[in-house]
Amino acid sequence: MRLIQKLGDWFDLRLQLGAPIRETAEHPVPHETASWFYVFGSAALTCFMLQVVTGILLALIYVPSAGEAWSSLQTLNHGITLGWFIRALHGWGSNFMVAIVLIHMVQVFLFGAYKFPRELTWIVGVLLLLVTLGMAFTGQVLRFDQDAYWGLGIGASIASRVPVIGPWAVNLMLGGPIIAGATLSRFFALHVFVVPGLLIAFVGVHLLMVLKLGINEWPMPGRIVRRSTYLQEYHDLTHKQGVPFVPNAVWKDILFSGFVLFSIAVCAVYFGPFGPGGQPDPTIIQTAPRPDFFFLWLYALLSFLPPSAETPILLIGPAIGIVVLLALPLVAGEGEKSWKRRPIAVLTILLIAVALGTLTHLAEHTPWSPVMDAWSGQPIPPQYLQGQTALQRRGAVVFQAKQCHNCHSLGDKGGQRGPALDSVALRLTEDQLIRQVIQGGGNMPAYGKNLSPAETTALVAFLKTLHPASQAPARDASRDVALGASEVSRRPQP
Amino acid sequence: MSVENGVSRRAMLVKLGLLLNGIVGTFLAVPIVRYLMSPVIREKKFGYESWLSLGALEQFPAGQTRLATYKNPVVNAWDGETADIACWVRNVDDQTFQVFAINCAHLGCPVRWFPQSSLFMCPCHGGAYYQDGSRASGPPERGLFQYHYKIEGGKLLIKAGEMPTPGRAANLKRGGTTCA
Repeated sequence: MRLIQKLGDWFDLRLQLGAPIRETAEHPVPHETASWFYVFGSAALTCFMLQVVTGILLALIYVPSAGEAWSSLQTLNHGITLGWFIRALHGWGSNFMVAIVLIHMVQVFLFGAYKFPRELTWIVGVLLLLVTLGMAFTGQVLRFDQDAYWGLGIGASIASRVPVIGPWAVNLMLGGPIIAGATLSRFFALHVFVVPGLLIAFVGVHLLMVLKLGINEWPMPGRIVRRSTYLQEYHDLTHKQGVPFVPNAVWKDILFSGFVLFSIAVCAVYFGPFGPGGQPDPTIIQTAPRPDFFFLWLYALLSFLPPSAETPILLIGPAIGIVVLLALPLVAGEGEKSWKRRPIAVLTILLIAVALGTLTHLAEHTPWSPVMDAWSGQPIPPQYLQGQTALQRRGAVVFQAKQCHNCHSLGDKGGQRGPALDSVALRLTEDQLIRQVIQGGGNMPAYGKNLSPAETTALVAFLKTLHPASQAPARDASRDVALGASEVSRRPQP
Repeated sequence: MSVENGVSRRAMLVKLGLLLNGIVGTFLAVPIVRYLMSPVIREKKFGYESWLSLGALEQFPAGQTRLATYKNPVVNAWDGETADIACWVRNVDDQTFQVFAINCAHLGCPVRWFPQSSLFMCPCHGGAYYQDGSRASGPPERGLFQYHYKIEGGKLLIKAGEMPTPGRAANLKRGGTTCA
């Protein structure tokens, strides 16, 4: 025991770190902040440390070369003892890190922790969010499979839309004219050196400010932040009724971090590593690329933006979002902290959460995409064909053969790009059906040049049968009159 | 020598040192920036595109649209399979051809050809194009990108080498905007 003490003294005489570490550990914090709501920041840091360790372990095997990355991932998954587990830890660690950073941000926002004097802590936090998302995106590229390849294509297509410098930006992003070896190498450099370097620097500044300015006190409704009085109030709060950070508050951080690591490990064991998916061979086009979970909402949004507004929204939207986040503490640096007295703040969070949740949910089902194999793989349910005439059945064959089923569902089978056709005969009359099929419109391609008159007749005859037995199909009341009149006019005049 | 003089002289030496570092830094910055910008400089000087063969004309029967592949003209040894690029070749009437980029004009996903309905469909966000490459429906703002082509010695050649993107479409022919 005395030997350890002597050894410790030997080092401390030279390093002189003991006293500042002790002071930092035991600095007083408001006693309500020893709370389970205050554990997310440290948990995010724990995730990051896990990512550093597992990332270095993966780099021992991974080859950042477009020709070999995919097979080196296969080797990691199948050829190296527990390589799959390290990949799974890194992948799940990434998901947990993004999730916890977002939760941390929501908590900080709702507790008003971004207000004076912690404005810069929030601003650096916003940068940390961006850098974390940057890590997630570049990491997804390093899993160099079909999704990564076409995801880069999406990134390049977005970058190319920047006015004037767009084409340059694409060349810089890809490192050349196409997605190839140079592209993967530069994303490797970004993911392993540049972005983590920024992340470490920002984390350092962020933590330094948390220590210097003190952790945000528990917000009490009615306790208003004023620049003139806040520092004194906070000093009184910590020194009169504060508790030392170690051990009063830190045990919850440690326990929660342990729980997070345990959860990541359980997910890694149970669900395994992410991919890699198909080989990054651009000549294999039978693929439906999708981004990772945290970018799914964006993927969904891109299919709903109207074409004319897409480029401005894509380029200006993120810039506005980031500026709003950065400016928040500068605009609202004083005032009420408690979420109980900030209904707009709470509603904003709910709105964003519902919007992102809905878009993510939609992206998991991609109702806007044609179901590419519905025409050959999903037959029309039999009840739609019973008791049909030969012409109507012929129409059903046209419906399948011309791939109408890829975009239109019958009995919940088939695509959802266009409306379900189970009761289309109630909505459209025969003439309207013919017009819609031949001319298209309302986001439907025109099939006029691609269907013979006989095929159109058969198809419409089939579509006319699509209505519930209890309801009569739509009909044009003027049709009988008009046809009757033409019958009359066609009669030979005496 | 007074103390103030000594301080000001040393302060000046510090400034001189900083200035020297600034000058050297600027000199170093030039090659670093040029190195970083090499993909852009390379394009401006030499261009990335050249004429490539897609194979004999017999591979592309009249009235049909077929997938063709080519090796990108600018490659590195470690590009692997990413150097192979696909495109759609439509033989209109044995005289006229259309060669479409595989990339959707929306965000670059690979479009698939469905001969039964004569449509190109994109798996990402549901863009659809007619057989002549013009936009049919969905989020794309324009028709499919088209490569310039020529026929030499019974072979179909296209001018290619750069991934077509919405912002870089100037070098490429625009897809038709009329219906098929």
